[in-house]
Formats: sequence, structure tokens, C-alpha cells
Amino acid sequence: MAVLSPPKVGGRPDQQEPRARRSKGGLAGRLFEYLSVGAGLLILVTLAAVAGFLVLRAWPALTASPEELQEISWFGSSTFLGYVGPLIFGTLLASLLALLIAVPLAVGIALFISHYAPRRLAQSLGYVIDLLAAIPSVVYGLWGALWLAPTLDPAFRWMTDFLGWIPLFEGYQPPAKNVLTASIVLAVMILPIITAVAREVFLQAPRLHEEAALALGATRWEMVRMAVLPFGRSGVISASMLGLGRALGETMAVLMILSPGFLYSFFLLKPGQHQSIAANIASKFPEASGLSVSALIATGLALFVITLAVNMFARWIISRRSEFSGAN
Amino acid sequence: MTTTTPELTSVTPARTRLPSWSPWAFAAGSLVLAFLVLLVLSSPTPAGVVLLGAVVYAVALTVTSRVVEGERRANDRLATTLVTFAFALALVPLVSLLWTVITEGAARFGPSFLNTNMVGVFGEMTEGGVYHAIMGTLYITLAAAAISVPIGILTAIYLVEYGRGHLARGVTFLVDVMTGIPSIVAGLFAFTLFTLVFGPAYRAGIMGAAALAVLMTPVVIRSVEEMLRLVPNELREAAYALGVPKWLTIIKVVLRTAIAGIVTGVMLAVARVIGETAPLLLTVGIVADVNWDLFDGRMATLPVYAYRQYSQGGIGVERAWAAALTLILIVMLLNIVARLVSRYFSPKASR
Amino acid sequence: MGKTVKRVNNRSLASIVLAGALAVSLAACGEDATTDAATAAGGDEMSDLSGSIAGAGASSQEKAMGGWMATFASVAPDVTVTYESIGSGGGREQFLAGGVQFAGSDAALDEEELEAAVERCYGGEAIELPLYISPIAVVYNLPGVDADNINMSAETIAKIFNGDITVWNDPAIAAENEGVELPDTAIVPVNRSDESGTTENFTEYLEAAAGGAWPHEASGDWPISGTQSGNGTSGLIDTVTGAEGSIGYADASRAGDLGTVALKVGEEYVPFSAEAAAAVVDASPRAEGATDKRLVVELDRETTAEGAYPLVLISYSVACSQYEDEAQTEAVKAFLTYVASEEGQEVAEAADVAGSAPISDDLRTEVQAAIDSITTVG
Repeated sequence: MAVLSPPKVGGRPDQQEPRARRSKGGLAGRLFEYLSVGAGLLILVTLAAVAGFLVLRAWPALTASPEELQEISWFGSSTFLGYVGPLIFGTLLASLLALLIAVPLAVGIALFISHYAPRRLAQSLGYVIDLLAAIPSVVYGLWGALWLAPTLDPAFRWMTDFLGWIPLFEGYQPPAKNVLTASIVLAVMILPIITAVAREVFLQAPRLHEEAALALGATRWEMVRMAVLPFGRSGVISASMLGLGRALGETMAVLMILSPGFLYSFFLLKPGQHQSIAANIASKFPEASGLSVSALIATGLALFVITLAVNMFARWIISRRSEFSGAN
Repeated sequence: MTTTTPELTSVTPARTRLPSWSPWAFAAGSLVLAFLVLLVLSSPTPAGVVLLGAVVYAVALTVTSRVVEGERRANDRLATTLVTFAFALALVPLVSLLWTVITEGAARFGPSFLNTNMVGVFGEMTEGGVYHAIMGTLYITLAAAAISVPIGILTAIYLVEYGRGHLARGVTFLVDVMTGIPSIVAGLFAFTLFTLVFGPAYRAGIMGAAALAVLMTPVVIRSVEEMLRLVPNELREAAYALGVPKWLTIIKVVLRTAIAGIVTGVMLAVARVIGETAPLLLTVGIVADVNWDLFDGRMATLPVYAYRQYSQGGIGVERAWAAALTLILIVMLLNIVARLVSRYFSPKASR
Repeated sequence: MGKTVKRVNNRSLASIVLAGALAVSLAACGEDATTDAATAAGGDEMSDLSGSIAGAGASSQEKAMGGWMATFASVAPDVTVTYESIGSGGGREQFLAGGVQFAGSDAALDEEELEAAVERCYGGEAIELPLYISPIAVVYNLPGVDADNINMSAETIAKIFNGDITVWNDPAIAAENEGVELPDTAIVPVNRSDESGTTENFTEYLEAAAGGAWPHEASGDWPISGTQSGNGTSGLIDTVTGAEGSIGYADASRAGDLGTVALKVGEEYVPFSAEAAAAVVDASPRAEGATDKRLVVELDRETTAEGAYPLVLISYSVACSQYEDEAQTEAVKAFLTYVASEEGQEVAEAADVAGSAPISDDLRTEVQAAIDSITTVG
């Protein structure tokens, strides 16, 4: 699956084309060109519409007085920022934890497929990991709640017993419906995305560099460290950002696994501390009406802005490092 | 590409090397040791033995290698071990996911489950199935594809064949931004758009299709763009040289050449959105029978069906697993067909 | 909707294309799950009605509605009833917007909504009927305890859920359960994480009956943070099942293998049952503002009536006193009459359907009078 702008190898195919050629298509040609430009513009319009309609529907909640907001039964705060703050925190915490788990694993898997596994197997192994991306999120939710949580229970008990002096791991309460479980599921969900991109990038590492390193007597690991990883770094970073974006918006798995709470809390094993924006919307939307719908849509807007920021950050990283990644 | 010749790997000729069978010996030894340790401490479980064995293996092999072969070799072995473990670890959720879905889903799954709907099913009745949900899922996804595929292909054509300057760069950027839209935001967008236009009680399959189209379009653009860029420039130039206008060249030469890749890309994009739950939960809901009207009334879809049956409890949980199994089978079928298309119809596609 | 096996014909080209690749065999024979339901009850006055009505609302009624719709099809085969379980708030909103002909709601309409109902009902008014009465069970997961029920007063339950009692062998619980060996397992209180009528009724009960041990106001949202919770009844049941020592509250029909608490009423302990739930409704007065068309019950949570189980959820069927279309009027009347009938209430009472409590004959008479008053406008 193409998840990133493809590398612009060889530049635009039509760059050297003479200008005169363009007028030769006549009316049909011009129509076709307008049509394709129109489609491009439609992308712009769609994004503007997404932002516009969300703002439009969120506006009543964003401008409501504290008294009005208090009338929403689950609105535990007098300002909108006060309500959405813990949600943003919970969303970011769960997603970043997921990233922390997934990125090292994904890099390892990608290296295994690109440089360690027998070459004949490599492609099939890639498909195997891609299978994880083919599993719908509601299945992850069912699996996380009914299989993973009981499986993790002994591990979490052990953590809180022996590592409980670290505040992060304090106060585990069964069943394992805490933010760490949710993050692990999110990590599994974003693993294939990061792996796929990282694998592609590692495979593109210049062969000459690799062979030169080996010829100089480097071990396989040294070769990977010197020739592959530096080349792949920006690719891995942008892949991680993509994974982060996916984790930020994941709904069903979090909804079905996490015992939600609205606190700024770093207790990873306690229940009822965190909630993600997406899961909160899915949970409250059915019973919401009037202003509370606006409030939920406003939190959706906040999620949109966050993913936008993450995406821009990723693009910025890619552009900043493009001189390295284009090194072949 | 990385099989190294024996001459190259002997970097420290002064030292001896571990024999090539040593990793296997260490693995077996570690597992036995882990089993014995757990036997003494408590009751050994397969998971515990493998986990402890893995740790023992990593430590023992690295330490031995360090003593016998030196630091660089030891690091190399450690890296190999960790990378292999990473892959093995990723297989754990995959295997357990598939295993759980297949074993739990098998209870209800079968021909009658696939071709009945939920009309008149209540209580603990064992009848009832997903026919309407399969149709709804296919219908909505097809509608989403009908919206996003033309837009996606045209946008990709614009980016590859026409686009230059600020607008093209802007569109490329916006497509990347669009790739990152969370599915629930797409659902909220469709919900706001249609309820503002058609009144607050409006629910229809088209709302879900619109939400899925928002998610699908950037994926289509990306893969089609990639495919169009793979079309050799010589083909275009040959067409121009024969006096074929540009737009005809694009349709008759470029698209023709890339068609297999485009089909593959579209199918993978479909597979990506067909399992989306959250946006459909907000917009199209659930019904008990097939609804063929895309523009009026709720529709059943497989992901929402699975979620709602799970919420009902009892026998609904069995139906939820069976529906999940159905959904995974459909997605995998799409994936396989997509790969076959790309393998047999496009000798030029790189993968 | 089907008297006989319903063949799904491939009406649209789209479906053929789709089904072609994936489910050739399916497309030919998608059929209704039940095909024999609609043969009985010929000659009944309802059987010559036709039309279709739509309802939406409380998810608590979903399972009972499923049963009612399925069996109603055998009484009035040509009337199509649908019910979308979208939540009480959503149901009321859709009803008032005219999207559906009736709504299911765990709460009565408030004043603003009653005003809106006048316009929606073509100048008439809203009718609210307590047709779904369901006991809420306090469920616990203690595999080692072999007593049928653990006895608790409202005060004890309030203290447990408020975090004041934290182990199962706390003296307060032990005093109410002489002869039962309680483990020293930690108590894990579990609540619903989504807004729900179940939570509202449960907190209402605690607020009214616990004598100040429950310091929070009644609300559909759980007032305490940092707790284990589950989304929806299934999420709650799964959470309670997932950890030994946990305790939660859920629609009684979903208690399954979990233990349930017998509530202290007067001087005795009453386990949940349909009869006990019906008893408290009979013992409760009407709410302020109730009329003979809006039969809103003010549940007496502190009741001491013998054999009454005060932890009950009432979900109302909300309809209009006037409809624009004659067929619609008749269809709504027929369906509500069926639901209120002994037969209809029995369907929902079955443990594998909804385990609800049937309404008493006195209440049925009042309900029927209200249903009969539904007319067509003009």
C-alpha cells in the first residue's frame, strides 16, 4: 500500500515536452486537462469542507458560556479547553506509548525482512506482516478485550508488585483495561504501516555502500548500522509519524478496551485515568443531542488539528532530511 | 542479498569462531534450562518457557560469543537475535488474532449464516446471519469507490502529467494531509454535512460512503500516482511523435500501461476502508434487512453488525465473531485478488 | 416483509457485480432468518392492517423490541415495524423531529420536549407508556462463594461503589450475610462508561435509599473518576467477568453466570425477579404532571412493600395522541396494544429475550385507555 509520497525518481515525465504540444489536443484535450485540474482542486475543496463543516457544527460549543456547558451532564469542566485538555493528553499518551512499542519492533522486523531473512522468504514474510493491516479495527477491539487483557493480567500483576515503586506502574487493578493494554493493541495495529515503509526504505539502501562495508570486513550488524540505518532514518521517522496519525484516530479498539477517565495522569496500569478523543466521541455520540453533539464535534475538530500538526511535522522532517534520503 | 562469503566474515582471524550449529544448540539448551527453572519455581507454561528461554538464549549466546569470538562478533550475534525476536514477537498477535477469530467464529459461521438476515430474530434464537450486512458493506464500499476512484485517478493524472508549480505542490501536500484524517473525523464530517443539508434525522448509506470516500481517495491517489510514474517516458514520447494529442496519450497509452497497477491499488484501498467501523457507526447504523436504497434509511454493514451483536451479548457474541471472520475473509480475498492482478497482468510493476 | 421465503432479487446491477466476485451463491438466496412466523392468527382484527411504522430510542428496549417485532409479525403480517436502538436521547430527538412514529426512552419527556411534542403531534400531545419494566441486577464475580445471593442494603452498595468498603469480608457485608464465608478479595467496583439509563436508575436508587452514604447526585453519567468501567452492558459484563472480586450493575437478563445481590427491602432481602420488579411499580405513585395519557411513574426507591425489588428501570414507549395518516394511526395503535397485551409482555418476560417484568392488569387497563385515545388528525 502506498502510504507516502512516492520517491520522485526521474522527475516529471513531461518536463521536456515542447510547449506547442499542449495546444494540439483541441477542445477535448483542454476539457481533459480541466477535469484533472478540477479533481486536484476537489481535494482542496474536500479538506476545506471537512474543516469548515466541523467548525460550523462545533461553533455553538466553542462559543457557549460556562453555564450552558455545565448543562451537558458529562461536561466536567466550565470551559471547552478544560474538557478537551485531558482528552488530548490521553490521546497523545496512548498514541506515543504505542509508538514507543511499535517503532523499535517495526525497525527490527523490517531489518529482518530486508537484510536477515533468506531472500526467497523475504517477500512472503512481508505479506505476513501486511496481514495485520488487513484486520478490521473492531476485530482488534474484540481480541483486545476478550483475549489480550486476560493474557496480560499476570504480567501486569508482576509489574505492579515488583516495579510498583516506579509511579508509572503503580496501582494495577484487574482486569487489564488500562492505557498500557490499549497502547499495546494500538502498537500492533500500526506495526504493519511502519514496517511496510521502513522495509521499502531499507531495501533502497545503496547496495554499493553495503558491499563496500562488508568488503572492508564489517560484520553484518556493522554494515547495517553504517550503511542501512543512516540511510533509512528519515524514512523511519516519517513512517512513525504516519503510524502516530493512525494511532491518534483509532476508535473501536480503545473504546472496547479502555476503562476511560478524564485525568492528567501517568499511571499506566490504573483504570479510569485516560480516554482518547475518538473513543470518547463514539461512546457519547449515541446519547448526545443539541449542544453536546456540538461539543463532541468540537473535540473531533481538536483531533483533526492534532493529526494535521503531526502530518505537517512529518513532512517537515522529510523535507529537511531530503538531501540525505536522496543519496543514491 | 546479504549472504556473506566465509572469507569476508572472518574479521578476527586471531580468534576462533563458534561453529555454525551453535545458535541452534544454544536455543535448545536455553529452552530446556528455562523449563527446568520454571519447574523448580512454579508450574511451567509454554509462554513462560519460550519467554524465559528467549532471554536466556540472548544472554548466553552473546556472552559466549564475546568470550570466544570477541566484541564485534558478539554484537553481531546479539543484533541478529534481537531482529529475529522482533519478527517472532510480531507473529504472536497475528497468530492469536487469527486463531481466536477462526475458533470463535467457527461456532456460527456457515452457509446459512452467510445468506440469512436478521429479520424476526430475537432472544437466543440461533437463526440469523449476515447476508444483509455483507450486501450493505459491499454496497457502501462500492459507492465509496465510485466516488473516490475517478477523483483519485484524475488527481493522480493531474499530479503526474499536468501539475507543476505551487498548485501541484499544494495538492501533493493536501493529499498527504488527507491521508492522515482519522476515520472518526471523516464520519463526523459526513454526519455534519448530510444532517445540515437534509435535516437532523437523515440517515443513509450515502453518508457512510461519503465518509469512506474521504478516507479512500488519498490512498487511491498515492498508489495510482506511483503507478503512473512507473510508465516509461519513451512510451509517451513515441505517442507524441505519432501526433497523438496529450489527453489521448494519457488515456490510450499511460493508463493502458498502468491499468493492472491501478486496479491493484484500488483494491488495496478498498481493503483498507472496508473494515472501518467508527464512521459507519455514527452515520449508517444498523438494520435487520437489506436496504437497497443508498439515499434513504439505515444500512447494515459487517463491522457495525459485529460491534452491535457483541453489545447484545449472549449468542450475539458468537455472531460477532462469525461476522468478524466473514469480514477478514472478504478483506483477504480482496488482498489476494489484488496481488494476483498485479502479478499476472503487469510485468512491469515493481511489486 | 415476508409471509414466505423472501428471495432477494438482484435489483441493481451493482449488487450483481459485487456479488459476482465474492458471493455468487449468496446473492441467489439471501433470505429472512425466520420464515414460518407469519402463518398463525388469521381472522384476527389486526391481520388486515397494513403499513409501516418506525421507532427509535433506548437500547435497553432493544432485545424486547426484537421479540415484539418478530411476534407482532404473526399477528399483523402486513405491518412492518422497525426499531433503531440509538439511545434514549437520540430516540426522543428523532421522534420530535418527526423521523419516527414512536420512541423508546428511559426517561420521561421534559417540559421543553413536551412543548415540542405538541407541534410534532399535529396539535395533540405525547403519550408515554411504561411498557418495559426491567430489574437491574447488582452483579458480582466471586467464584468461591456458593450462596445464591449476597445480601446487601442500599447503604452497603453505596459504600462499595463509593470506595468506602474495599474488601469482600468487610464487617458491614459480613453482618448482612451470616453463614456465608466471604473471601478477603479486594472489591473492584465497575460502572458503565457511557451515559445510560441503567446508571441513572442505579444512582437514583443509591441516592434515595442509601441514607446519605451516596454523596453524589443521580445522573446518567457515573460521577466518580478513576474506576473500572465498561462501554455498554456488554463491556460492563465483560469487565466484571474479567476480574475476580469485581461488582457491577446491569440489566438483570444479562447477569448470566455472575452472582447477584439481594437488596434489603424493609427487614428482608429480595433477590431480583420479574414479579418483585412489577411489585415496586405497583407500589409507586405517579410522577408529578402525569396524566391519563402520560403514565409516568415516580419509582419509590425506599419502598418497604413486601417482595418488592426497588432497583428497576422503566423504559417508556413514547407515541403521539394524533397522527396525520389513518394507516399510521391504526398501525401504531395495533403495535402498542400488542406490546401491552398479556401475550406481548410474556414475550419480553422470557429469560432469553429480555427478562423484563410484565405490567400488572391495572396498569394495562390504563395503558389501553391511553392507546385507544390515539386518533387521526382532522
